[in-house]
Parts: sequence; structure tokens; C-alpha cells
Amino acid sequence: MAKPIELEINGKRYPVNYPADTPLLYVLRDELGLTGSKYGCGEGQCGACTVLIGGMPRRSCQIPVSAAATKPITTIEGLEKDGRLNPVQQAFLDAGAFQCAYCTSGMIMSSVGLLQTNPNPSQAEIVQFLQGNVCRCGTHPRVIEAVRQAAKTMQEHGR
Amino acid sequence: MSNAEGKLFIEPERYEFSAAPFHQFELARRDFFKILGAGIAVFAIAKDALAAQETAPGPRAFHNEELPKDISAWLHVGEDGSVTGFTGKAEIGQNIRTALAQTIADELHVPFESVRMVTADTALTPFDAGTFGSRTTPTITPQLRRVAAAARDLLVEAAAKEWNVAPAGLVAADAKVTDPASGRSLKYAELARGKTLAQNLPAEDPITPATQWTIAGKAIPKVDARAFVTGKHQYTTDLRPAGLLYGRVLHPPSFGATLTSCDDSAAKAMSGVVIVRDGDFVGVAAPSAHVAQRALDAIHAQWKEVPQISSKEIFSYLKQNAAAKSEDRFRKQKGSVEEGFAGAAHRLDATYTVAYIAHAPLEPRAAVAQWADGKLTVWTGTQRPFANRDELAEVFHLPESSVRVIVPDTGSAYGGKHTSDAALEAARLARAAGRPVKVVWTREEEFTWAYFRPAGVIEVKSGIASDGALTAWEFHNYHSGMSGSETPYDVANQRTEYHQVPLILRSGSYRGLAATANHFARETHMDALANTAKMDPLEFRMKNLSNARMLAVLEAAAKSFGWPRKKTQEGQGFGIACGDEKGSYVATCAEIAVDKTSRAVRVVRLVEAFECGAIVNPDGLRNQVVGAMIQGLGGALFEAVEFENGHIKNPHFASYRVPRFRDVPEIETILLDRKDIPSAGAGETPIMAVAPAIGNAIFDATGVRLNNLPMVPNGLRSA
Repeated sequence: MAKPIELEINGKRYPVNYPADTPLLYVLRDELGLTGSKYGCGEGQCGACTVLIGGMPRRSCQIPVSAAATKPITTIEGLEKDGRLNPVQQAFLDAGAFQCAYCTSGMIMSSVGLLQTNPNPSQAEIVQFLQGNVCRCGTHPRVIEAVRQAAKTMQEHGR
Repeated sequence: MSNAEGKLFIEPERYEFSAAPFHQFELARRDFFKILGAGIAVFAIAKDALAAQETAPGPRAFHNEELPKDISAWLHVGEDGSVTGFTGKAEIGQNIRTALAQTIADELHVPFESVRMVTADTALTPFDAGTFGSRTTPTITPQLRRVAAAARDLLVEAAAKEWNVAPAGLVAADAKVTDPASGRSLKYAELARGKTLAQNLPAEDPITPATQWTIAGKAIPKVDARAFVTGKHQYTTDLRPAGLLYGRVLHPPSFGATLTSCDDSAAKAMSGVVIVRDGDFVGVAAPSAHVAQRALDAIHAQWKEVPQISSKEIFSYLKQNAAAKSEDRFRKQKGSVEEGFAGAAHRLDATYTVAYIAHAPLEPRAAVAQWADGKLTVWTGTQRPFANRDELAEVFHLPESSVRVIVPDTGSAYGGKHTSDAALEAARLARAAGRPVKVVWTREEEFTWAYFRPAGVIEVKSGIASDGALTAWEFHNYHSGMSGSETPYDVANQRTEYHQVPLILRSGSYRGLAATANHFARETHMDALANTAKMDPLEFRMKNLSNARMLAVLEAAAKSFGWPRKKTQEGQGFGIACGDEKGSYVATCAEIAVDKTSRAVRVVRLVEAFECGAIVNPDGLRNQVVGAMIQGLGGALFEAVEFENGHIKNPHFASYRVPRFRDVPEIETILLDRKDIPSAGAGETPIMAVAPAIGNAIFDATGVRLNNLPMVPNGLRSA
């Protein structure tokens, strides 16, 4: 029998029993109960399932769990530290950057990923980066505002 | 409704597929206190049209609709001072959980944080026909205000009794009742303690006018917002009751296809997989979604498909297959259009079309069903929990009291989540499996088997006098619907007619119903007429309008936009459009740019003025207005469902284009707060003028008049 897969998620280690070719999203949601990452299309087209793998935003519906085992994973559940929201979460909250909020986890994870590599993105860079995240409620302007605000906060407070 | 041959038609103003039966509220009052504990409760009795949340006003009301005659809303003040409001409406992203709690806090004079809303639970909330038609704000808001006022009176009376004084001199404020004469005060919590006081709403309880609101009218942030940014909120798709199995159902490859054979032996052999066969229904339940998908893939089914209309020929089909004579209720007439045409200096006739489009809510249709002791509980993201309950009860031969439908705050709907599909599928699988089952539709299923906003053909014939005054207006909508089809312009001779055509694809409600299509046709046509009259489009509209609320939004939008504007670069164009529906008014200005070489159209800026009476929450309202504008961009520019022989050809986000960040222009909204006018809903009307404003701007830039939605799925190729 193959060695069971182990994932490192939000600083904790989880053994995985689902088959190795199961998309990471289903393992997170169905096996491990981390339902903050959402199913929106299962085709890598909407961004609702975005998580960070090795710090990079990835569509968890497109990645077999076996391929996610080598690097640390961060999901929306792992952003809050000691009751304090991540600056991106706080900025989304402050901007009211959601309506039904089903896209919000993915938007936040993509934005966290963006700010890690580009701490001071221009509006055009934010738009470009979030192009793969669908919001059907049409809250895009506030999402952009939130990302800009988060960038500002992180710069002011040294991240 | 159906005709003699049993063909299905779209109801012109109906938000659901079938008429809602008459309902009675079932929860006995003693059970109510059992659930919530002692305290003070007030029940609103729905007894007039205002309280009938499922109707649109005036001539646009549903026909044959039986209105609920029992309790329509209620409120409870608990022994700990907590306040709970109840409504059968669902939170689907439109922010009613916040807005309704604001209303109660405002009228009851308690802190906003002490109010909690229980929504859309058939066992706990009053009957409600559905969350649609922009009806929550105009109907539920005043009802909750009235029950809150009555609860406040009850608390004052309780204090008066306690102190043995007349209630008239007492003051209710800050969650307590005070006697100014003696300085004594009692908290609501103290007054509610040990009581099980219930009262029906007094007939004419005065409520606080909008000018005196203190909590309503404010930009209070969304309730539970933190749960959404931390991923903690549990949508239907996130629920995982103990023993849960994951369900998938075999859907046909095309509309109207029937199952001829099915080999499920390979799927049956898979460990832990339950197969359910029941007539044409074939479904699987498995320990994980991934295994459920594999089991479904392992089923080999043969289908008999039927040839049918494709999207390429839809519009000629709709014209040719319209009912020979429309029913009287689908025809509106004033004066004589023939005389109006005879007296016209200019005639202009044109035909417009709108494609089928999909709602594509990001949370797909989903349900979790659980059976226990012959009773069924279903969690599902629906706009019509009570209709879902009734359908489940009927299908499974249960009394309504044995079925409970609960709607977790849902990942949006836009008119697309009225039916019970996922609920029925989950319930059928769960009954066979003997365990709870969750069904989440795939994106492809969502794009194929959910219903669509119907396609339509609209013909407009018109005449104007030499000074630009409308002399005649004739408007025919084929298939897409009647909403918003009557012109708001002053024209003595007019005819509006809706022509039914049997359904081709499964079709139903969509944000604004047919009002978007009808406004596109009317406002594009008005722009063309302005051009014929050689008048400025805004000036032409204002000349033919006398409705002060419409004029106000037009003026507000034009002013912010800077209308009329001079073009400063090649390919630039400006357009304007306006409309009213469901008691609210909208005007939109658009600036577009056409790329010289690629001929791609880019929307540069949208300015929209919106007025819906007294604003309950300006922040939530702005979100709804901007959201409708962005959603409207998709249908205006590129969204269209492509189909052939019953197959949907573009059932993915990769092939069905929805607005994304790059499509979003600079957006400005002007919210006119009319505290003298009762609040109307705002979910729908702000979408209606977007498409014509953009189309009119494209005409301004290029001289090309685009009469078909979507206007530029591939850019302005032929221009």
C-alpha cells in the first residue's frame, strides 16, 4: 500500500486518506472540513477555490492532492492569527467588499498572494492579477479598493 | 401556465414556474415560546395588498394569486433583551439580514447589535412566496416596523402596569422604558422576564417616518461580515452533517432526451456507492464527491434525443410561433396608434432581439437532505423555501408539516434559484441511502439545467411630430416577457402587447425579468428617434417626459456625467438611458471607446442615478446598484447561451463569458434619498438602463446602431 499522503495546512499536519488523484479542494472541504475554500466551477475558471501553495495562489480544484503535499498550504482559515485578521481580510471587511460573499475567500487568497510578490500593486496590476476570480454580484470596485487599502496597511505596519 | 396542448409558456409577470398554493402558518404560538423562551411577541397579520409580499404593485400584480391571510411577520423580545425578527425571505447577498435588523432596531429603540433575524426557515418563519420582485423592502420592512412599534407599546404597557401609572407619559428609548415623572426605568429585558405575552398587530399602529430614523438610513456594515472574510460562514454547499454522503444525478445530454438504457453494474461494484434508479431518475451517493463523480462516470446510459431549435434560428422561430392572438391581459392600449402614425412627421420602426442568458450564481444549486422518523429536513439555497417544501411534500407524499426547508445565507441567485431541483435530488438519494446526502450541481449542470432568462424579439413602431413630440408608440414583445414594457413617456396613442411563445429552453425569472430587454428596446429606440428629430438624446427624452421622479434621476445622472460632452478623441461615444420599474427610477450615462484597429468596445465610465424612496442602508444599496450595473454589462456586451438540438454549447466559464475585473469601467452612483416616499426594493431596476446607455454610446461613437443583445460578443467587427 502506498504511503499515506500528509499535508501541511495552516501550520498543522493532516494525514489524507482520499486517493492521490483527488483534487486538493475536495480533500480540504470534504475530508478535512476546511470549507472556507469554495467550489465554483471545478475547472480553474472562477478562482473561488484559491489557496496558497508554497505562498503562491493556486486553484485547488485543479491540483491533485498528491502534488500539493510537498509545500505548505495556506487556506482562508489560516489567515487569522490570534484573533487578528490578516490585513487583506480586514480591508475587505472595512470596504464591505462582498455581497453574497461566495467569491470572497478566493478573492482574499488571490490578493494575499499578489501582495506577497508585489507589495504595492497599481490598479492595473490588481485588475490583471484578479482577472481569474469571478464575482457575480459585481463587487469588483470594492475588491480593488480593499486590495489597495491592504497594501497601504501592510506597508505602514511593515506587513 | 399552459395552453390546450399542455405547452409551457413564460408567465409575463410571474417569478416562478407554477402558482403558489394557499398556505397557512403552522407553528402554534405555544411552540413559539417553547422554541424562543418566554418574552414578548408580536405577530403581524397580513390582510391587505401591502402585506402580500409576493405581488408586484398595481397593474403589474400577479393574477390569480391567492394572498396569505395569516401571520406574515413577527418579532420576539426575549428575557435577556435579545430581539429576534422573523421573515420568510432569504438572504442571497442583497443584504436584507442587515437592512431588516436595522429597521427593527430603529422602531423598537434598541441597539442594532441586539437584533437578530431568522430568515427563510419553513418551520420557524412566516409563509413567504419567495425572495423576488424587489419586494422585501417595500413589504417586509413596513411590516417589521409595525410589529416593532406594537412590541414597544406592549413593553410600555408592561412598565405602566408595574408602576401603576398611565402608559401615555412613559418613554421607550435605549432598550428601556423610562418614567420621566419619577425617573424610574426598566430595561426591556426586565419587562419581558417571566412573560409569555403575545399580541396580534393592532390595525393602525403609526410608524416612525423616515425623517426621524436613527438606525435605519445609516450605512451599517453587513451583519456577520467577519464570518464571510474568515471562511467560517456555512453555505449549503459547506454543510457536513454526520454520516453525510455526496450525491450526483445523471442528467440527460440534451433537453427533452429520454433514457433508453442504463448499465450501472460498474458503478454498483464501487465500494460504498449507493445507486438509485427510479424511472428516469438515476443517481449515486458516495462517501466523497470525487467517488460520486467516478461512480456517475461509470454509468453507461443511452438516450433518445429529439431535434429542436438552435440559437442560430431562435429569433425567426419566436416570431413565427407566437400565439395567433394574445390574451386581453397582455394588451395595453391608449388612444389610437393609427391616428398617431397618420399625424406623425417622422416614422421609425425597428426590431430588437435579446439572447438567452444564464444567472451563473457562483454557488451552484445545492441541497443537503436528511430523513429522520419519516420527516425530511432540507437545507438548500433557494429563493422560494415554502414552494420547495410544498414540492418536496407532494413528491414524497408527506404532509407539509413533515418537511422543513432551511435556507442558509446563499451564494447569490439573481432570480435563478426558484426551483427545487437540487432539493428533490438530494431528498430522493437520502431516502434510498438512509443517510444525509448533499447534492451540489457542477458548473456545467448549472449552465445547462438551471433555467435561463428567456430570449425575445421586440418590435417597436413609432411616430414623432416635427418638434420631437411622440405621436404614436407601438411595442410588441415576443416571448421574453411583459415587465417594464409600458412606456413611461407621454404619448397619447400607444399599444403594448406581449406575445406568448411556447418554451424552448427551460426559462424563468432573472434580475428584472424582461424589463431589461424591454428597456433596451425602448431606450435604444428613443435614442434613434432623437437622432431622427436631430435633437440631443437627453433633451428629446425630457421633452417627452413629465414624471418628476424620472426627470430627477435623468438630471442627476446627466449632471454627474457632464452631459452633453464634447468628444476629445476618436472612437469615443456617450450614451444615456432611463427607466422605472417596481417603484424605483434609474438613469444611466455611458462613455465608451472603440479601438481603432481591433474594433473592440471598451466601456470607459458608467454614471447611474437611482431613486427608490427612503434609503434604508446606503452602503448596502450602493453595493446592489453597482452590482446590477456590472452584471448588466455582461448581458449588454457579450453574454449569450448558445444551443443546438437541446445541447448547451457553452456551459463553462471558459466559454460563457461573464464580466471580470478587466471589463469593469469607472463607476459612479448617485443615490437620491426621498425620505417622503416609502422605500422600494433595489435589486432589479438598477440593471435596466445599462445596456441601452452603452448601445447609445456606441452609436454616438460609430454611427452603428446595435439592436441585438449581446451587442458586441466579438467586438464591432462589421463596423
